[in-house]
Amino acid sequence: MPSSEPTFATDRQLLAANLRNVLLAHCLLSDEEDLRPYECDGLTAYRELPLAVCLPENEGQVIDVLRTCHRLGVPVVARGAGTGLSGGAMPHAQGVVLSLARFNKILRVDREARLAVVQPGVRNLAVSEAAAPFGLYYAPDPSSQIACTLGGNVAENSGGVHCLKYGLTVHNVLRIRVVSIEGEIFEIGSAAPDAPGYDLLALLIGSEGMLGVVTEVTVKLVPKPELAQVVMASFADVAKAGDAVAAIIAAGIIPAGLEMMDKPATAAVEPYVKAGYDLDAAAILLCESDGTPEEVAEEIARVTAVLTAAGASDIRVSQSEAERLRFWAGRKAAFPAIGRITPDYYCMDGTIPRKRLAEMLAAIAEMEKKYRLRCANVFHAGDGNLHPLIMYDAAQAGEWARAEAFGAEILELSVALGGSITGEHGVGIEKINQMCVQYKTPELEAFRRIKTAFDEQGLLNPGKAVPSLHRCAEYGRMHVHHGDLKFPELERF
Amino acid sequence: MRLDYIVDALSLAADSRSPLRIRGAGSKDFYGGMLAGDVLDVSAYRGIVAYEPTELYITARCGTPLAEIEAALAEKGQMLAFEPPHFSGATLGGCVAAGLSGPRRQQAGAVRDFVLGVKLIDGAGQVLDFGGQVMKNVAGYDVSRLLAGSLGTLGVLAEVTLKVLPKPVAEQTLLFEMSESEALARLNQWGGQPLPISASFWHAGQLSLRLAGTHAAVEAACRMLGGTAAVAPEQLWLVIREQTHPAFAGGVLWRLALPSTAAVPGLAGLRAIEWGGGLRWYGGEAAGIRDAATAAGGHAVLYRAPESLRCREGAFAPLSPALLALHRRLKKSFDPHGILNPGRLYAEL
Ligand SMILES: Cc1cc2nc3c(=O)[nH]c(=O)nc-3n(C[C@H](O)[C@H](O)[C@H](O)COP(=O)(O)OP(=O)(O)OC[C@H]3O[C@@H](n4cnc5c(N)ncnc54)[C@H](O)[C@@H]3O)c2cc1C
Ligand SMILES: Cc1cc2nc3c(=O)[nH]c(=O)nc-3n(C[C@H](O)[C@H](O)[C@H](O)COP(=O)(O)OP(=O)(O)OC[C@H]3O[C@@H](n4cnc5c(N)ncnc54)[C@H](O)[C@@H]3O)c2cc1C
Repeated sequence: MPSSEPTFATDRQLLAANLRNVLLAHCLLSDEEDLRPYECDGLTAYRELPLAVCLPENEGQVIDVLRTCHRLGVPVVARGAGTGLSGGAMPHAQGVVLSLARFNKILRVDREARLAVVQPGVRNLAVSEAAAPFGLYYAPDPSSQIACTLGGNVAENSGGVHCLKYGLTVHNVLRIRVVSIEGEIFEIGSAAPDAPGYDLLALLIGSEGMLGVVTEVTVKLVPKPELAQVVMASFADVAKAGDAVAAIIAAGIIPAGLEMMDKPATAAVEPYVKAGYDLDAAAILLCESDGTPEEVAEEIARVTAVLTAAGASDIRVSQSEAERLRFWAGRKAAFPAIGRITPDYYCMDGTIPRKRLAEMLAAIAEMEKKYRLRCANVFHAGDGNLHPLIMYDAAQAGEWARAEAFGAEILELSVALGGSITGEHGVGIEKINQMCVQYKTPELEAFRRIKTAFDEQGLLNPGKAVPSLHRCAEYGRMHVHHGDLKFPELERF
Repeated sequence: MRLDYIVDALSLAADSRSPLRIRGAGSKDFYGGMLAGDVLDVSAYRGIVAYEPTELYITARCGTPLAEIEAALAEKGQMLAFEPPHFSGATLGGCVAAGLSGPRRQQAGAVRDFVLGVKLIDGAGQVLDFGGQVMKNVAGYDVSRLLAGSLGTLGVLAEVTLKVLPKPVAEQTLLFEMSESEALARLNQWGGQPLPISASFWHAGQLSLRLAGTHAAVEAACRMLGGTAAVAPEQLWLVIREQTHPAFAGGVLWRLALPSTAAVPGLAGLRAIEWGGGLRWYGGEAAGIRDAATAAGGHAVLYRAPESLRCREGAFAPLSPALLALHRRLKKSFDPHGILNPGRLYAEL
């Protein structure tokens, strides 16, 4: 197995001529000014211009583009809305971007079977909107749901506030249609509860566009709860808030959402949304209950009791839908709110066991001093998925480098605490070095063999998600060289 | 038993290219394709490694009986939400490898939905750790879930971490007299409403419906749905889970996974409907059943049958050539010498 990344030397003219044979002019971009908008995804710190952007309009054209690239040995990066936060859709300098943006039709909403068949470019929220007249919705709700596409959600196994109770993308997708790099179509899964053979659906979901291009998705729709209500609790110390999260779970309650914001986050958000957050609290917890009115009343009473016992200094229960939305508004607008108080921010995405929350937050506070950067924390407390927002100014020399190192240290600490370097945003290009910390050589080799089983020449999204062993060796050495090896107990190369 | 024992057995088998038949409690010998190779009994590699009720996970070695796991969970008011059957001492490894779920699958999800991480020994004798103990982890390909239902053809699941859930506070079972088609229509209609239905079972003109959730939700649903309350409901769901219910008795048994709304006209021998319509059991030779299931958008497993029939028909629905080629490449990437349960899933694997 090759241990370093394959390199590509694409003949630009030849590629353009071949693509022109399969795509009409309006489906093919190659002028620099047209390529510019595609140079990065939501992680704007990493940019690259592709040789071309293909905007196919039907599956036949997707097949043709992939066959062309396969034949010419040209890298392909699939792209949905480009809201990804790990640089997964960042182009390859020697390759093409394959945008699925024009595949934006909802093909079918089946009320009785409670499913929807959609094209990959359909926005997440559009699915729930289409299902709403039937009292149904699509449960996974990333904060970017107004923009991100189902194809991107499948590729990243995206989550959201409701995933604690309703699961991630992998729990809510029934079937996908995939085109391989060779231009062959696979149908994986079905509307039935399971399918024969290996569970390739589980493998493809979260595979970051490395194994195939998704051209159709069948999702499960679930009944809309009659009522949702949210409890907002203030805590004078962050550790107590963390313990309260564990106490809710221990009481046998799985809330529809369980989110936390620390003081820097509420301070940034409150002037922006005026949600009425307690600005004296070290942390606030938002805990949602949904179901029938009787059910919600029962659960809210239990949650309130648990939070009181856990030492909440103030507890408020939303009294109307408008108030519920206001409580959530701050959490949902946390990213833009932070964006108002700092020129740039860097959003991390580690998961840790819930019980290590306080420890992690204390460590982050130390890192703020070490890297001389501020950090606000908003996160999916219920499933231990943190999103530290590191504030920096790209215009100041050295700040981005410090932010990057800060982020890397958070990820590596997540692994050391028993968690993962990514809960929902993916590895992409961003966390590729930290993959070397989370996994050892045999697992990385297994990932690479899986990749080869789908894509022998490594043309789909090369350089992303799974690092080469060479890269890991380099990364390990780099850290030792600087005499600054973090978490020495972790195995290195 | 030590992990080294399994590693050595696999390395030895890999060196000599001699197939192994991985065995937990052996309760599933009836299931799947051909049984080939020397038995590698892993049932002695057992024990709960970690259980953290507030983190909602349990990690145990593959030979741990499900009964032991469920007893530990019950002490903390928790459960394996996919409600796996554990007839005659089934082990955790076998449960995940077989990938079969019980009645609550309809509400909670399948085995694969609860697998968070595995320690796997592949066909080259390498120990690999995938996933972990946290709910959300998208670093690398999700190999842990891929292994659910792989019937031991990709490696020995030495250790598994499963997500666990709290047991519902309230439960009620309602009975309704109705035909098969009425049951399907009702189940799909109820499925589209916010009702706490945790299991359903139709057999011989009777639909049993289990509700589970908060007291308030269960009571409200009972008022709305009507029906009569079942006596000894726990026993009823136990015999369904363990398939000792008369619906599963005798002869050849087919398991059809279908879209819950699918009609399969002209097929005789329907024994039972589960999972809100998504799982149906047929008895008898059932000529043409595989084609009918495929045409209806699902697939048919020759679940229980004499070996001769299973070998002739294949236990599992055939894969398309493109998918089969992919399966072969994946199998080869985990088991380069083809020593792991050859033929158990497909003759070609
Ligand atoms: C403000 C903000 C909030 C966010 N909140 C959340 C959140 O709460 N939860 C969460 O999980 N994520 C969140 N995200 C991240 C992002 O929205 C998700 O990762 C989303 O799934 C990306 O979808 P996309 O269509 O934009 O994909 P892109 O960014 O275009 O692509 C993402 C990856 O998917 C691949 N891909 C895209 N389409 C296909 C296809 N059809 N076939 C194969 N591969 C494909 C790409 O190659 C790339 O690797 C947030 C992002 C932003 C900007
Ligand atoms: C008559 C009967 C009917 C049953 N009906 C059902 C049913 O309908 N649905 C259901 O879900 N269960 C059913 N069971 C229960 C079944 O025994 C359990 O589901 C079970 O989990 C199998 O576990 P086991 O340890 O006995 O596995 P085994 O029978 O020993 O093995 C099952 C499969 O898993 C593989 N395997 C075992 N351990 C490992 C491991 N550590 N790593 C990799 N592969 C491994 C084996 O090679 C084999 O392919 C039934 C049992 C019997 C006897």
